[in-house]
Amino acid sequence: MNILGKLDWSAIPFDQPIVMGATGGMVLGIVLVLSWIVLGGHLPYLWREWITSVDHKRIGVMYIILALVMLLRGFSDAIMMRSQQAIAAGGAQGYLPPEHFDQVFSAHGTIMIFFMAMPFVIGLMNFVVPLQLGVRDMAFPTMNSVALGLTASGILLTNISLAVGEFAKTGWVAYPPLSELQFSPGVGVDYYLWALQISGIGTLMTGINFVTTILKTRAPGMGYMRMPVFCWTALASNLLMVAAFPVLTATFAMLLLDRYLGFHFFSVDGQGNPMMYVNLFWVWGHPEVYILILPAFGVFSEVISTFSGKPLFGYRSMVAATMVICVLSFLVWLHHFFTMGASADVNGFFGVMTMIIAVPTGVKVFNWLFTMYGGRVRFTVPVLWSLGFMVTFVIGGMTGVLMAVPPADFQVHNSVFLIAHFHNVIIGGVVFGALAGFNYWFPKAFGFRLDERWGKAAFWCWLVGFYVAFMPLYALGLMGMTRRMQHYDDKSWQPFLIVAAIGVAIIMMGIVCQIIQLIVSIRAREQLRVGDDPWNGRTLEWSTASPPPAWNFSILPQVAGADAFWTAKQQAERNPEHHDQSSQYRPIEMPRSSPLGFINAFFAVITGFALIWHIWWMAGLGLIGAFMTFLFFAFRDEEEVEVPVEQIAQFERRHRAELVAP
Amino acid sequence: MRYLFLSVLLIGAATLGGCNEGVLNPQGPIAFAERQILFDSLGIMLAIVIPVILATLGVAFWFRASNTRASYRPDFVYSGRIEVLVWSIPLMTVLLVGGVAWVGAHDLDPRKPIDSQVKPVTVQVVSLDWKWLFIYPDQGVASVNHLVVPVGTPISFELTSAGVMNSFFVPQLGSQIYTMAGMTTHLQLQADNAGSYPGFSAQFSGDGFADMTFKADAVPSADFSQWVETARASGPTLDAQAYTDLANPSKAVAPFTYHAVASGLFSRIVMSQMSMNDPIRRICLASPGVVQ
Repeated sequence: MNILGKLDWSAIPFDQPIVMGATGGMVLGIVLVLSWIVLGGHLPYLWREWITSVDHKRIGVMYIILALVMLLRGFSDAIMMRSQQAIAAGGAQGYLPPEHFDQVFSAHGTIMIFFMAMPFVIGLMNFVVPLQLGVRDMAFPTMNSVALGLTASGILLTNISLAVGEFAKTGWVAYPPLSELQFSPGVGVDYYLWALQISGIGTLMTGINFVTTILKTRAPGMGYMRMPVFCWTALASNLLMVAAFPVLTATFAMLLLDRYLGFHFFSVDGQGNPMMYVNLFWVWGHPEVYILILPAFGVFSEVISTFSGKPLFGYRSMVAATMVICVLSFLVWLHHFFTMGASADVNGFFGVMTMIIAVPTGVKVFNWLFTMYGGRVRFTVPVLWSLGFMVTFVIGGMTGVLMAVPPADFQVHNSVFLIAHFHNVIIGGVVFGALAGFNYWFPKAFGFRLDERWGKAAFWCWLVGFYVAFMPLYALGLMGMTRRMQHYDDKSWQPFLIVAAIGVAIIMMGIVCQIIQLIVSIRAREQLRVGDDPWNGRTLEWSTASPPPAWNFSILPQVAGADAFWTAKQQAERNPEHHDQSSQYRPIEMPRSSPLGFINAFFAVITGFALIWHIWWMAGLGLIGAFMTFLFFAFRDEEEVEVPVEQIAQFERRHRAELVAP
Repeated sequence: MRYLFLSVLLIGAATLGGCNEGVLNPQGPIAFAERQILFDSLGIMLAIVIPVILATLGVAFWFRASNTRASYRPDFVYSGRIEVLVWSIPLMTVLLVGGVAWVGAHDLDPRKPIDSQVKPVTVQVVSLDWKWLFIYPDQGVASVNHLVVPVGTPISFELTSAGVMNSFFVPQLGSQIYTMAGMTTHLQLQADNAGSYPGFSAQFSGDGFADMTFKADAVPSADFSQWVETARASGPTLDAQAYTDLANPSKAVAPFTYHAVASGLFSRIVMSQMSMNDPIRRICLASPGVVQ
């Protein structure tokens, strides 16, 4: 028996130049970054201040860095798909053979949903929620770091699959029987399953952490009806994570039992039922899209309200709509497979439920509209993203409701019309929201604004690129083009796909503009430096320093109304005498940094890799290592460090001096 | 922003104008009814979506910070009347479209027989890696990757899969439906006009998926009988051995016919997914009525 299980040199695809090129690029990039860190002497700083940090702000930033890197990876898959389909018409086979093309679209979906969109919204929530609630950190700071480590482990395993072995060739949903051992004997599906199992545990931890933080730790006076809407949407999103992710974990566990131990949960023989997987997958999958979009709705609420200079219109309506969406999202899963052959009553019920969930979403759009009404709208970059979202998202919502009509879905199910629809809501909703939030909260995180001109250029490229890339797909779907075609016979489709490929090129210009925006802004950071409250904000995160100290607030805020910071600013205007608060400083207990998250992630990668390649001794070592790490952590003596009053006072003195003379 | 919107409309119009096949060019009653439902739902929603888009852009533009003529009303944060309005507009839209969905789901239920004087023709469909097998049980012939049906006659499809899930779809005739191993789905379609329509699998099924296409030829009744006669005259027999050979994975198989089909083959394909040496299978066989 091979000591390395199924692993040998044939696992590395030396004969495929595209894969080896991408692998070489990836390895080179990692080596360059690592050597810059080590040779530049940044390693101790990185280890002390970032890798072992349990500060929610640092963890949030790291999540977003992961998301941006994976956006590039997922987007390069998109370029490959669009260019392949632009040329593989008639008899042409394009440049990607099926076994490679199938991995590309599977990896694109998996990466964009789990490793781009999820880390982005989780990162934003991590950075913003404790600040908006007026607290010092998450309820479980170390668990937060562990969750980040597990997400990064899943990402690493997915990227290892590029170089060692293969990724799933089943689509990102990995429906059995195709994903069973009988039809997918390779390690691709195992990479998919273990990467998502590991990161899924991290996501569940994140959900538990946020629900606890929002329910149990808020600043004095911040009742539920005074919470910023972003916190409400974060609460709803994390409740969904807690409720939905265990379903995914259990479903994947059953598929793993099928693949590893010959069980028959979803197999075609032995009375297995593949459709049970399809149902369970979407019982998780539909709430998942609301896990992503609800925080984006929260970002738009904050942005539109702040830049209109008005409180959010119909706050209670917004909260109600958010929670209605949260509950109803569990009652619509069957609309992903009306074509299964369920009875008319079942299809009708799920069709109507799907439409009902569009009602609270419609209410939100109207409330944003009325928030701008009577306001003073400043067309900053976050506002552009928000307006682009409102226009784009109603179109995506409309095509979604269209597909919720079962007979209409019988015609467009699995077509590229569907592809256009969900990119319409995911790009137009989640990505636009994430980028609005990125531009909006960047000054809070780093103390300087992002460049406006490059930000606007990025927005226009993304917006135009989106329409050019996906409107042709709507048309193609109606013309009968189905998804995941490596090549096609009908030459009349080709012009549309060429236009779509041009759209992707325009989106790529948008991404390039964003990279330039980041570089330009970092270089010009002294000119772009801003105070604590650059946008005339309304919520508590704008009341503290930019960037905030580790302890967030030197004195915990007392909340006297909705839009807590706005209320406080108005009170200060009416009562302008300056208080010296330094006498109120008290020593602050802050959670101690911990390498637990990093060490656990190390063992998680070892375990995952070993299980994928059937290297049982290594899997055992990895599991024991992870367990011992937690055991060691559980017996630690000191879990908190005290920040002395003098340090707080010194920070505040220096900060105030900086504000006076920038 | 306005130019952008205009360009989007133009792109949309230009793209949709070019359609001469697919969903927008129905050739049978089911596809025709489904296109109608598509248009009705789209119309209902556009009536609300277009004004919302225009209002969004209009409000944002008018209330821009630099517009001194716009009134600043920072206290306009709640209005009971507007709340009622914003909840009832989407609610009423959804009521209408929901009605379309509920009625449509029942009228166009894939298994509902098509109202017709003509006796339906039964076609049994088996999706294999990566080709389509069409069995005509009443005619006793079978065809691979080529579907021939008589015009103006309801076609009653019974569908299953030899392994991986697929979706049987001829857009110009109407609904698609999944083919699943060990299960039978039902679909009723009809072609009103003679012609050759593209058909394919709409559910990804592996490496040969892109070639899982076939032509659905709708021909006059006389021609259909003629085709059956020709098929009967030559070609191999589809028995258990021939089926096993056919079931081996292969890509882009050229169409051919079988001159005879072993009786009950389709139901044995459905049943064969429960292998005989499976312990659960034996328990089920011991208790009659469990296995269908």
